[in-house]
This record gives sequence, C-alpha cells and structure tokens, in this order.
Amino acid sequence: MRKKLLIHLAMVLVIPGLLLTVSCAKKTIRSETSLSQQAEDEAAAEKASQEELARQQAIEEQRLQEEAERMAAARNMFLNEDIFFEFDSAVLLAEAQSILRKKAEWLINNAEAAATIEGHCDERGTNEYNLALGDQRAESAKTFLMDLGVEGSRLSGISYGEERPVDPGHNEEAWAKNRRGHFTIN
Amino acid sequence: MKNYCIKTICLIALASFMIGTGICGAGYDYIDITHPFLRKIPIAIPVFKKVYPGDATERLSGTASGLLAETLDFTGYFKILDRDAFLVDMQTVTSLANVNFHNWTSIGAELLVTGGVLLKGDQVEMELRLYDTFKEKLLVGKRYKGLIKDQRKIVRRFCSEIIFFLTGNKGIFNSEIAFVSNNSGNKEIYICEFDGYNPRQVTHLKSITLSPAWSSDGKWMAYTSYAKGKPDLYIKHLKQKRGTVISKKGINITPAWVPNEFALAATLSFSGDSEIYLLTGTGKIINKLTKKRGIDLSPTWSPDGKNMAFVSKRSGTPQVYIKNIASGVARRLTFQGRYNTQPSWSPKGDKVAYSGMSGRNDIFVIGIDGQGPIQLTHDHGDNEAPSWSPDGSLIVFSSTREGPSRIYVMTAYGTDQRRLLALQGEQTQPDWSPGMGSN
Repeated sequence: MRKKLLIHLAMVLVIPGLLLTVSCAKKTIRSETSLSQQAEDEAAAEKASQEELARQQAIEEQRLQEEAERMAAARNMFLNEDIFFEFDSAVLLAEAQSILRKKAEWLINNAEAAATIEGHCDERGTNEYNLALGDQRAESAKTFLMDLGVEGSRLSGISYGEERPVDPGHNEEAWAKNRRGHFTIN
Repeated sequence: MKNYCIKTICLIALASFMIGTGICGAGYDYIDITHPFLRKIPIAIPVFKKVYPGDATERLSGTASGLLAETLDFTGYFKILDRDAFLVDMQTVTSLANVNFHNWTSIGAELLVTGGVLLKGDQVEMELRLYDTFKEKLLVGKRYKGLIKDQRKIVRRFCSEIIFFLTGNKGIFNSEIAFVSNNSGNKEIYICEFDGYNPRQVTHLKSITLSPAWSSDGKWMAYTSYAKGKPDLYIKHLKQKRGTVISKKGINITPAWVPNEFALAATLSFSGDSEIYLLTGTGKIINKLTKKRGIDLSPTWSPDGKNMAFVSKRSGTPQVYIKNIASGVARRLTFQGRYNTQPSWSPKGDKVAYSGMSGRNDIFVIGIDGQGPIQLTHDHGDNEAPSWSPDGSLIVFSSTREGPSRIYVMTAYGTDQRRLLALQGEQTQPDWSPGMGSN
C-alpha cells in the first residue's frame, strides 16, 4: 500500500514538472529539428531499403549471371568437348563414354535442344571408307546417348569422313585430334 | 548442235587406201596383249610432209606429227625413236607412197608413220599411213579433212586406227577422265581428256563434292556432294539439266553404274548401317545387295554385270569381297594386309585393282580367282583410287608422290608411271570413262 502511495506522489510531482519543461522550450526550432530528423530518418530508411534491394538485386543478378555462366559453360563444354576414337574404329573409349554421359545430362537438362553429331576421321585410309567410318562413329555416339535417355528424335548424325580435319598435320598427333566426334546444337 | 554435226561429218575420213597387197586384216600379233609392255615396239614418226610449203603448213606439220608421237607414246606400247637418228628427210621425198624401208629398218624402226599435210584456208587435209618396215607393208592408210583447229581430233582418230589394228581394241583416245579437284577452293568434279588435255570444271556446288562415276554410255555421272549440307547422291545427265538427288538420312555415297543399264549400286546408311543398294537411274531402290552388320561400301561391277566386288569390314578389317548377284553368295577376295579398299573391276573382267594400306596406300591388282596380288606402286607417297582405262591397258590413280595429291597414269602392269595433269590445289578420285563412240 505504501509503495503505491509513493508512485502516486511521484506522478503528481513529476508530470507537472515535465509539462513545465515542455512549455518553456523553443517550440519552432524543436519542431523543425524534429521534422528534419524525421525526414533524415525516412531518407536513411529509404536508402537502406534501396541499398538492401540493390544488394538483393545484385545477389540475384550475380546468381543469374553465375547460372547463365554455368549454363553457357555447360553449353560450351557440350559444343567444344570432342570425343576421340582409335584408328579404323567406332568403338567408344572409356573417356569418350564419360564425356558422352555429361552430354546426355546436358541434353536432358535442355529439353528444347537438338544436336548434330559429326563423325570425322584422320587422313589415313581412303576417302569413301572414311565417310562410312565417320557415319559409324556418329551413329555409335548417338546410340550411346539414346541408351542414356535422350530421345533419338533430338539427335542427328553427319559424317565428314576425312574431309574436315581440325589439324592439317600429317602425323600421329594430328591424326589423333582428327579422329573425333564433334557436337553442334541445331 | 547443228554445228557439231557438221564438224563431225567433215572429220570423217575421206578414204582408206591400200597399196600393193595392202591391208590384210588386223595384226593383233604386233602387241601381245597378255604381256604388252614387256617389249616396246620401236616406231619412227618423222615430221609430216608439207605438200605446199608455207609457214602455217610448217607449224601444223610439226605440231600434228608431235601430237601423234605423244598420243602413241601415252599408250605405253611404243618406243618413239629420236628424229635426230633418221637417215631421210621426209620433206625431200618425192612421193609419200614410195618408202625406202631400209632407211627405217637400219635405225631399228619396226613401224613407221608418215603423214602429208595440205592447207587450204582454214581447212586441212591430212594423209596418214602406218607401215610395217620389216614386212615393207602398208598397215593402215587414211585421209582426213577438217578445220585446222580439229587437228587434235584427226590425229587421235588415226591413233585409234593404229591401236585398233595392232591390238584389236578401240583404245582410249575418245575417253575422258573425271576427277575431284579443290583448286576453286572447294572440292568439285572436273573432266579432262584421256591424256590430261583440256581439264574443265563440271560441278559448281561450292561444297564438298566427291566420287565421280561415269555411266557406261558416258552420258550420266553420279557423285556425292554436301551441297545441301550432308553427303547426298547426285545422278546427273552431263549435257542436259536432268537428274535426281538421293538425300536419305546418313550417307549416300560410292555410286557404281551397272554396265549397260540405267541403274547403279550405291552405299546408303539410312538404316543406321552402311549397306549397298541397287537403284534405278531415277534414284528408286530396287533392292538391297548387302545385308551384313558393319561397313559395306564401294561397289564395282564385273563387265557382264553378274558380279559385284565391294569393300566390307565383316571380317574385322576392310577387305575386298566379290558377290554373285544371282546366288547372293559373297566370297572374300583379298587376304593380304589389313586395309584394302577402292576396288575397280578391270574391263576385261579378269582382275580387280584396289588400294592397300601398309603404312602408306599403294595400288595392287589381284586376279578375280585370288591370284597375286601384285603391287604396282612402291615407296611414292600415298597412291589411291585406281580406275581402268576402257581398253584395260592403263590405270589412272591419285598419288602424293610429289607432295599434293595429283592424277597419275601407269600401264596395267605398273610400268610407265607419269603425271596426267597438275592443277592448283589437290586432285583425287579419278574415274576413267568408258570408251565413247567416235568423236
């Protein structure tokens, strides 16, 4: 009870004191200060929110850009990573198979894409036979991709035989580069 | 067309003439066709006699007699004797009909060709004779009349007469050779005369164009071109704008016309596997000629059209096989080497030429009974794509012996290898035409 009485007493003394203080202050200045403070606060808040938005946007942009880069990289890898064969062979080597698995993944992730597989040969052997061998190389890559779930309707093959070497050299190094399967997106 | 006919008529030999006992049938014993190149026949070809002197006649008699010597030399049958050794100047003899044969036998000539040239304006008359100098006998005599610019045709026609008399075969002088050249920047089909003269571009597809194949009447040509983006088979009339394109999925390659028919075999892979099919000249499939899993390609027909040689990988490496069309039975022809392709059946029917690889590619000839094989090229770069002359005496092929691939000719026994022509760029895949009527 005594405690409650003390609080009442305090209120009676303090509140008029507060009121008195307020009435004695320079009203206008205080009021201006308060407005400008408010504007500043608002501006700061606005700025902060804009900065936050920009930051979010930047993150999103970066995410999109990274995504685009990742997609472009995947696409470039799809386009640029050739598979290689042994002389007079259309058998898919282990490395060629692992590259083809990545290509199958890309094709499955990019359902709208259709691809052409080019079969190429080295300059040894004869032109006509190499056309048939290049055809067989494209065909074996196509079959492998279809076995991994890519629709055959999205894949076409073309043989260039020995007509379009990537390396014009006449040595084993050049031949190894030229015995290839190359991919393009239609 | 009319002009062409008139020209042809003008070129007809005006007369065959005989002197004394004259021409007594063909002399096939002059050239032993089983071993024609073991011994070359020494032949003298003096500068043709100018009937009336004059600068133009002088030039013509020189070029025509030189051309005749070159043309006969091309066959590989003859040894052309050096004119410096001749004992008599034809310009001083009073009559071409009177030959002192001793003048020729004493320098080793067994055959002699004399000619007389008469110029009248832009017209030329040539009188040409072939003599056997030991038998002292006229073998062939012809008189020709034509335009000066037709001298090459006149000379060739007389050479055909000579070869026909000596071998019983029409020879090659009316034949042409198709080949692939990239000197325009793209691989296109070209045609030149049998000796490399007058090469001209016949396709302008600005793509990759390959494997020309003549029909047996010489009027059609089939080839492969990427003009529409992939290897399609073109069947085109050479003079008229007629023909068709076979554009099935996969490869449409290696056409080979069935002898004397408007039909051809070609390799198609639309089934997913390259197989040889028989097609009409209009491109419709008649039937499938090979049915083995794996690569089958490069058909070539026996002259009677009853058998087809082709390349198959059915045994694990590319080898040449022969299939009898009626029975459907195929037998392997080549057993030496691990890479034998590009078969070409000889016009006489007894042999197949092909490219075999042992490090580099070389030309081989094998009997259809498997006799041989005999290697015709050695240690001279890559030698590929053999094709027989219509009389079976010569083989044209491509070789990188001088660096870039060029077209070469040799006898069917591998002798007398020489370059046929050299254009800019590279020349490959020659195909010798059939013998074409007189022209």
